[in-house]
Amino acid sequence: MAKKRVVLTFPPELTEIPLTYHLVKEFDLALNILKAKITPGEEGKLVLELSNGSLEKIEEGIEYLEKHGVKIQPLSKEIVLDEEECIKCGACTAVCNSNALRMNPDTANLVFDRDRCIVCELCVPACPMRIIKVMF
Amino acid sequence: MSLTKSYQEINEKIKKGRVVVVTAEEVISMVQDEGTEKVLEKVDIVTTGTFGAMCSSGAFLNFGHADPPLKMSKVWLNDVPAYAGLAAVDAYIGATELSEARGLEYGGAHVIEELISGEKIKLKAIGFRTDCYPRKEIETWVTLDDLNQAYLFNPRNVYQNYSVAVNSTARIYHTYMGTLLPNYGNATYSTSGELSPLLNDPEYRSIGIGTRLFLGGGTGYVAWEGTQHNPAQKRDENGLPLSGAGTLALIGDLREMNRKYLRAGVFHNYGTSLYLGVGIPIPLLDEEMVRRVSISNKELKTTVYDYGVQKRSKPALGMVSYADLRSGSIELKGKRIPTAPLSSLEKAREIARELKEWILAGRFYLTEPVAPLPFRDGVKPLREEV
Repeated sequence: MAKKRVVLTFPPELTEIPLTYHLVKEFDLALNILKAKITPGEEGKLVLELSNGSLEKIEEGIEYLEKHGVKIQPLSKEIVLDEEECIKCGACTAVCNSNALRMNPDTANLVFDRDRCIVCELCVPACPMRIIKVMF
Repeated sequence: MSLTKSYQEINEKIKKGRVVVVTAEEVISMVQDEGTEKVLEKVDIVTTGTFGAMCSSGAFLNFGHADPPLKMSKVWLNDVPAYAGLAAVDAYIGATELSEARGLEYGGAHVIEELISGEKIKLKAIGFRTDCYPRKEIETWVTLDDLNQAYLFNPRNVYQNYSVAVNSTARIYHTYMGTLLPNYGNATYSTSGELSPLLNDPEYRSIGIGTRLFLGGGTGYVAWEGTQHNPAQKRDENGLPLSGAGTLALIGDLREMNRKYLRAGVFHNYGTSLYLGVGIPIPLLDEEMVRRVSISNKELKTTVYDYGVQKRSKPALGMVSYADLRSGSIELKGKRIPTAPLSSLEKAREIARELKEWILAGRFYLTEPVAPLPFRDGVKPLREEV
């Protein structure tokens, strides 16, 4: 399954058009909304994970959005955890709603599943060792 | 007559290389399979371990005298104030004392971690001129090797059981129990459960004043009962406290410690704390002690409190077992709440294993308590008088 994570910036006039509907309908894309901040009449932000059987379909969908004036940036921010310095306490898992950071109940080991991370950044201040950082 | 063992007999076995040691996790299935009598015959010592934030920690340091000498009345280490109301060149650096330059993000715990890592620490001290101490100030750099004595002396460590924290309010809370999400969004707990030292000797039969133990990677001792030691906490039919109960004051040489088992931590919007590894050996003196160490997370319970209520007495919302907490979620008020640990079970296991290896290698002998921990009283609140 091809996958791409992108940050969409909508100009105010576009927040009224159902663009995501067209992505599903015309390009057969599965959308996973990771983060959204859309208020009618204001610039909107949407972080999306687009997936489909082929990367071409995803690229076509992105082109379609750009044609309508949506600014597209790859989701380039990522959470980095310094495994060497980690004490595996689990304090970060308390705030991780996407379950990217979680404890393995069998081994008590901390798991960091990057694919699930939506870069909400709540884990950064929650880490008492100060070893979780946002990288651009 | 049923079998009993003495400290002397067990130490003799350590000396002869015949001692049998298992961890507090390993012993549980052994007792389930073979029963207490067989396990008492086979096993001599059970090792415990815990690695978590222990705020009431700190170190006594002696700097040695400069020339001309100075009576240090105020001391800073890397801009963190240390208490110096002692003899001329003694000071106490507390784990939660904050840096005057860096605020909540750096404190006494960081100074202690850097000291044991061999790093240079900026020492600044001021005093007043006396006939024996003519100097008024000094600013220099010191390392652990430069100090005469440097030992942890922690007034309160290894809490015997601790609360689970949730937050009933609509806003996020930043606490010493981690980040608590609104509307019961999560539940945090801090314990090693069935590996926890004082939960394996709930009525302090073998852990007392003078007990030798694993502290921060080195050897330490129980110096006294810990502050807020509260053996009178409500207990279940196994004698296990249902919330925070006994505590220990611990002492040990910083020179033996390493940052694998001693780390500075920061709680967001709260301040600094010391993450410390402690392991205590429990001698299996009789079947009753075997029964106590065999109690598992399923049977160990603790109380959930609402940390959204900013009062001394927080409302208790229910009881859960450590097996529930470890499973990843608990049920409270008809709702599934995800759980998160704050103390490291992985490190706790490493500590129990390392202490076991020390004993097997004949590097560590058991001590019989010099005096028992008191078994009385509750914890008094602070009354305000006007």
